[in-house]
Amino acid sequence: MEAWSRFLDTFFNLDVIERYFPAIMKGVVVTIEIAAAVVVTGTLLGLVLAIVRTFRLIPMNALIVVFVDMFRALPPLVLVLLVYFGLPNIGINLPSFAVLWLVLALVLAAFAEEIFWAGILSIPKGQWEAARSTGLGFLGTLAYVVLPQAIRLTVPPLTNRTIAITKNTALGTVIGVGEILNQATTAQSFSGNATPLMMGAIAYVILFIPVVVLGRVLETRFAWRRV
Amino acid sequence: MTTGTPPILEIRGLRKKFHDVEILRGIDLLVVPQELVFVIGPSGAGKSTLLRCCNRLEEPSAGSVHVGGVDITARSTDINAMRRQIGMVFQSFNLYPHMTALRNVTLALVKVLRKPRAEAERLGMAALDRVGLANKARSYPGELSGGQQQRVAIARALALEPKVMLFDEPTSALDPELVGSVLNVMRELKRGGMTMLVVSHEMRFARDAADRVIFMDHGLVVEEGPPQRIFSTPSEARTRAFIAELGR
Repeated sequence: MEAWSRFLDTFFNLDVIERYFPAIMKGVVVTIEIAAAVVVTGTLLGLVLAIVRTFRLIPMNALIVVFVDMFRALPPLVLVLLVYFGLPNIGINLPSFAVLWLVLALVLAAFAEEIFWAGILSIPKGQWEAARSTGLGFLGTLAYVVLPQAIRLTVPPLTNRTIAITKNTALGTVIGVGEILNQATTAQSFSGNATPLMMGAIAYVILFIPVVVLGRVLETRFAWRRV
Repeated sequence: MTTGTPPILEIRGLRKKFHDVEILRGIDLLVVPQELVFVIGPSGAGKSTLLRCCNRLEEPSAGSVHVGGVDITARSTDINAMRRQIGMVFQSFNLYPHMTALRNVTLALVKVLRKPRAEAERLGMAALDRVGLANKARSYPGELSGGQQQRVAIARALALEPKVMLFDEPTSALDPELVGSVLNVMRELKRGGMTMLVVSHEMRFARDAADRVIFMDHGLVVEEGPPQRIFSTPSEARTRAFIAELGR
């Protein structure tokens, strides 16, 4: 019984909850802002890169492949630290939230590009040929025939990847971005109690469960009837 | 047959090389308005490549293709403008699976010919009606049988009012009982005066609908003539062997 109350006192301390609730909420807002910015810009950039790649300009595609492979290979934490502590040395001072946003958006763009590209490649050649044979140009075919099909195919993998990368907003804590984990660790050290970390964990669950569920809904909605 | 009327499709010295393999080795072929020309021959003869060079889905390596007097292989030719005058029907239908039958037909009307949506839909419905599928306008390709899908694909090409239509083995991917519906549509087109170049193995259809049969082998036209003669008394040994093989 004593162990139970000690457990509650450590992880669900009501006083601590009350005291640090506003701080955690502030962190939630920051996390949502950065996550939204990362999802929008990262996905769009990934789509643009995949579209550029369809033009099959060899030097351009080589650059895209190098970028994509680098950003998929490197741990995001390494990139965050590299950019945050490296750029000031060449005279570029970015606020920490901008660094986090930039790095995560580029990482998401790299994965999204690969996913969109795979989607575009999976559309049968006959779709291109049918559209081109009606006089539709390359871009028209891409826009009306190929991309709508490719994007449907990319929804499930892209959702999973997006969730994985937006969770990395927690990396902001190492460069002082006031997101959920940062607020929670700060509160934890001030209070000497693990409750703020538990609050942070609960905040992440509340934040991401709907995204996971939305991903599942999109998966079924975007699967159109096939033969 | 070819006296006087200028050809609508004029193929001269057409060659096509893939890497080191010459698929077409100098094809000459004239198709006059309202003519239905049937191309037969063993697989690998270059029949599909010939068809695909006619709208430059394949780039010819040498020779020329004129459609309605315009050299489509010329650098200055707007190939997209020419392609809308050359309907093409594929073996595997290639309908857009994310669009209804009607949208499949109207896409090029709206995006290529810039027709207002209402007019495009009217024309699209008329085209679907011609292939007997006006009642399937709202269906997706996945909800249609193979024969219906191929008829929608024909309507998609037809809606652009092409000068000539190319059929690349239009019934080869169909279950036998669905072949008839597609051939009937093609018969209707012929009756309506459509010019058609057809690659197919449907001999009975060729006998009663084709004006001329071309037998190709190894990238060359071996023999051509009216279907009765080609099928009954071919003069070339290779044609005889092929026809005998088909008849078995």
